[in-house]
Order: sequence, then C-alpha cells, then structure tokens
Amino acid sequence: MAGVASHAFGSSAHAARFERNPAAREPAAVKWLIITVSMLFFAAFLLLPLYAVFSEALRKGWQAYWEALVEPDAVASMRLTLLAAAIAVPLNLVFGIAAAWAIAKHDFRGKHVLITLIDLPFSVSPVIAGLVYILVFGAQGWFGPWLSEHDIKIVFAVPGIILATIFVTVPFVARELIPLMQAQGREEEEAALVLGATGWQTFFRVTLPNIKWGLLYGVILCNARAMGEFGAVSVVSGHIRGQTNTMPLQVEILYNEYNFAAAFAVASLLALLALVTLVIKTVIEWRLGREPHPIGAP
Amino acid sequence: MSIRVENIQRSFGAFKALDGVTLDFPTGELVALLGPSGCGKTTLLRIIAGLDFADSGRILLDGEDASSTHVRERKVGFVFQHYALFRHMTVFENVAFGLRVKRKDRPADKVIRAKVTELLKLVQLDWLADRYPSQLSGGQRQRIALARALAVGPSVLLLDEPFGALDAKVRKELRRWLRRLHDELHITSIFVTHDQEEALELADRVVVMNRGKVEQVGAAEDVYSNPATPFVYEFLGAVNEFRGNVVGEGLQVGTDVIPQVGRGFGNGQQVVGFARPHELDIVVDHANTNIGVPARVSRILSFGPVARIELSRLNGGGQTTEQQYEVQLPAQRLAELQLTTGQAVRLLSSRLRLFDQGSVK
Repeated sequence: MAGVASHAFGSSAHAARFERNPAAREPAAVKWLIITVSMLFFAAFLLLPLYAVFSEALRKGWQAYWEALVEPDAVASMRLTLLAAAIAVPLNLVFGIAAAWAIAKHDFRGKHVLITLIDLPFSVSPVIAGLVYILVFGAQGWFGPWLSEHDIKIVFAVPGIILATIFVTVPFVARELIPLMQAQGREEEEAALVLGATGWQTFFRVTLPNIKWGLLYGVILCNARAMGEFGAVSVVSGHIRGQTNTMPLQVEILYNEYNFAAAFAVASLLALLALVTLVIKTVIEWRLGREPHPIGAP
Repeated sequence: MSIRVENIQRSFGAFKALDGVTLDFPTGELVALLGPSGCGKTTLLRIIAGLDFADSGRILLDGEDASSTHVRERKVGFVFQHYALFRHMTVFENVAFGLRVKRKDRPADKVIRAKVTELLKLVQLDWLADRYPSQLSGGQRQRIALARALAVGPSVLLLDEPFGALDAKVRKELRRWLRRLHDELHITSIFVTHDQEEALELADRVVVMNRGKVEQVGAAEDVYSNPATPFVYEFLGAVNEFRGNVVGEGLQVGTDVIPQVGRGFGNGQQVVGFARPHELDIVVDHANTNIGVPARVSRILSFGPVARIELSRLNGGGQTTEQQYEVQLPAQRLAELQLTTGQAVRLLSSRLRLFDQGSVK
C-alpha cells in the first residue's frame, strides 16, 4: 500500500528514455502484447462488473432507482456508513500522524513492534477482527457481563461497527506517511526550532504542509475502506434492519431477498464512491508530481 | 556573545564523539572547527546550538551556563549543510519565518517586510523573493539559509559545513563573500569544515580536531607553519615523511643522512621528520655521497608556475620502494635541473620538523 504514491511518479521520464532509444528498445510486438493483455484483463474484471452494477440498478428505470435509494432502511444504512466513516477517519488521521511521526522522527524501543502492529489489520482477515470484538465485548465475552450490567451495548450495535471500522482502516494513513516523513528527515524541523518556533508552530507551519498531499491521499483511501468494509462489520453488526446495517450489509440483505434492483441501486452508490475516490486520488497524484521537488537531497 | 565549552563528553554507544573538549570562542571572531569526518566537530556545533546534548561538561554563553537553556532561547543562528530551507515556502517566507513565529513582541507585517527585504539585499538575492527553494541553485540556497538565520538577530552564527555541498568555484566565491559579511556584522561565528584550505583562508582562528579531541588551536598561519602534532601536520597539507634516528645534528634515514639542525632530540632517538613538498630540494648528483635520501623520479607535472615532481624512494640496492615523495619546485628551478622521468636523484630538506616516533600512528 505504502509507496504506491511515491513510485507512481518520476518513472515516466525514464521510460521515455528507453522507448526512444533504439539500442534499448524492446520489440514493438512485446509492448503491444503486454498492453493488450493488461487492458483486456482490467476490462473483463473491473469495467464489466462496474457496468453491470449500473445497468442492473437502472433496469427498472430512474423512478424505481430513486425509490430504492430513499427507502427508509436504505437511508438508515447510508447514515450509519457515513457516521462510521466520520468517526473512524478522523481518529485514524490523528493516530496515523502520531504513529508516523513517532516512527519516522524518533528512536525508541519497540519501534519495529509498532510498525508490525500497524500492518496487522492488512494481514488479518476482517472476519477475525470482527470475532475478536465479539469475544471481548459480546454477551459471553470478557467484558460482556460488566457491559450489560451498566447497560452499554457494543456488539450488535453502532459502537461495535465503529470499532470494527477503525480496526480495518488503521494502517492507511500511517503507512502513507511513514516513508514520506522518513524521506524528509528532521532538518527542516530543526531549522524551525532554532529559529524559535514552538512544537505546535513547527508542526503546523513546517511538518504538516510538507506532508499534506500524502496525508490527503491516505485519508481518501482510509475513507473508501471505511465505507466499503464488509467482513468485520458483518460479524459485529447483527444485521438489525434500519439500525445496524451499513451500506455493504444492506446490499447483501437486499440481494438475498431477490430484490436485485434495490440491491444494485445501493451498490451503485458504493461504486460511485469508488469512482470519486479514484478521481481525487488521480488529482492528488498529479499534484504530488508537480510539487516543488525535494531539495538538498544529498 | 562569547562561548565557552568545558570538558564536553559525548558518546554514541561505544563511539566517543567528543572526549573532554574545552574551548573558548571570543566575541566577534570567526572560528573554524577543522577535522576529518567523524572527529566530532559537527557534534560539538550541534551541542553548542542545543540540537544535541553533552553527556557531561558545560556550555557557557556569555559566561552563563546554558546547558539546560532551550534551543529557542539560545539566540543562535544555525546554517545546515543541506540548507534545510522550508520547501513549501517562498524565499521571502523562509527568511520571514523566524520573525513570524515570535510569540511576544512579534514585529508588525510592515516591519517584517522591511527587515526581510533588507536581509535579502544583504545576501544580494532580493530579486528571488518570490521563488521557491527548488528553483534556486545551491549557492543561492545557502545564502538564503544564511539570511534566514540572521533574521532573528542571533548573537552567534553556527555553520555546519556550509559549503560542503557546493562545487569548487561557487565554494570559493561564497567563502570570500562570507568573510566580507563577517567583517561587516562581527557576529561570533563558528563553522565546521573538513577542508583545510577553507578553514585556513576564512577563519580568524582554527581549531583542529581529531577523534573527539582538540589537537591544536591557533591562527591560520600559526597552525599551518607550526603544527603541534603529527596529525595536524599531515592533515593541513601534503607531507613527506622520513623515519630514522637522530645522529648529531642530522637525521639518519637508512644509510643516508639529511643534515639539519636537530631540535630537542637526543642522539640516537627514533624520530619522524616531516617536510612540505615545497620544503624539499632535489640534488641531481646522487652517486658517491650519502647526503640526501635517494629517490627515482616517477612523474613530472610541469604546468603552471610551480612544478610538482613525484618520486619513489630507492633502497640500498637501488630498487624503488613503496614510499612516495612529492616535491614542489619553481618552474625555473625545474628547467635548471633538467630532470627526466626515471632519473635517480637525492632529496634534501632545509626545514624538517621532527616528532618522536611514538607519537605517530
């Protein structure tokens, strides 16, 4: 995940140098073969389903599409998805910056443990993540009795969904920032310090502006995952209609009820979200590529 | 502001970066910390700035212990080797930064504007105010970094290898320019360098450091012509080395003798004699004498007013050995000698400087 942003740029100049150089050029056939293969693959596996989602959603016309979207349970699922993302994303933003700062700019014991832990949600199946929360907070779990005594519901309720969402989205911001901040080093912050800036001033005037595009990139990826997460949320949700169903769960329920048009209508919103995310991501990458270049690299 | 460091110790794990350094930096002087990489000079500079700390020892700024004074309050200007300009700010904003972040008595915008413009004029780059650092050349960046450091009115200017990342020509220009600037402003300044030419040319005083210790402190000509230790001698320029023992007033090297005035060494003592390339002379007539060290000319570089001759020492049997010498002669003297590559000659020196062999590595 991390480094995707940074590897995407700067390589085009290199490619052109090889392409125009007859001594280094591959046969044209090879080039067109690999381009065709990858294009066909993406068309078959990505574009076709995308097309299917929208055509299915609109099969019964715009009227039915609109009604499926304003149906109360569907609206409730959208509200819950937005709520979960609205809480999980800012938390991950703060946590991501703190963790990236700690790892990139400080030395401490357990640094490698922290890096590994940040990656954990990528390596663990989301279903396991959901089950863990049931084991900890569920009725038969460790804190179950205490929670029910105090009338606090976590599992099969909104807090559980938010917790699960946070868990699966933890790595996004931090993974994006760590390599960026490591590459930038400490010198600019030291310069700010010597010039009399306080810690906060240094952060807001020097550190943050330097990482803002990487940060935004991490945040939109984090947001896309937060809204689209299915597995972990499904386990802790309990599937209570109108209460604990997020959009992906709502899609599943509608589909299982053979209500295809409605299912695809809600799904089309998620697909739209993905498209918007892609557009923003492309714009950010383009901006990053145009940023004043890193200076003074030794 | 005067600076004094007392008995500074600093280790990184098992590595002793600074081993009991005590130094005085009087007000208004430009001092060079000179030494090979890893000698602790940058660490010392960072400790004075407050960007690093000493394991033990004291730093006195104007006679007051500043060891626990925060970097922000030390009133130092720091110039980094790789400039450390804020890459997302214009040149103007970079220089203005130190004034804008002041919390008490922050100057009004108008005052800041005037001050920054004045500083940019001082470093002769006011026409670049709206550019970003990435649009400047290395020399321009370093001048902006200097203007930025001066903006907060520092009492001390600390420069960490300020010209290290620049090419030779720009380095030379900036060196002269910095010296002029210092003569105008008279801020106590310390700069770190590993380039002996830079240190000798630029500084009022040179501090030569090696392995975390101070080897010698003195004016440039002092340090150059009277090196206190073999390290300083070797570090400050090309050097020729003769190992042997003292015989009367001469130095016996193998079966040959370099006649010179022995200073403070007893007969038979094992010593190393050093001579700079220009302090050696070549004698063409090499047979039937043991005066001078025999050597064979391996290369003659005769461009320019001063010719350089590289030679290999000859052993008793007339074979060349590993030991190399370098001699500098005026072009005219070279013409008189009519040297050719491969010729056997003898080397003499009027000005050998002797050190006890135990003090040389």
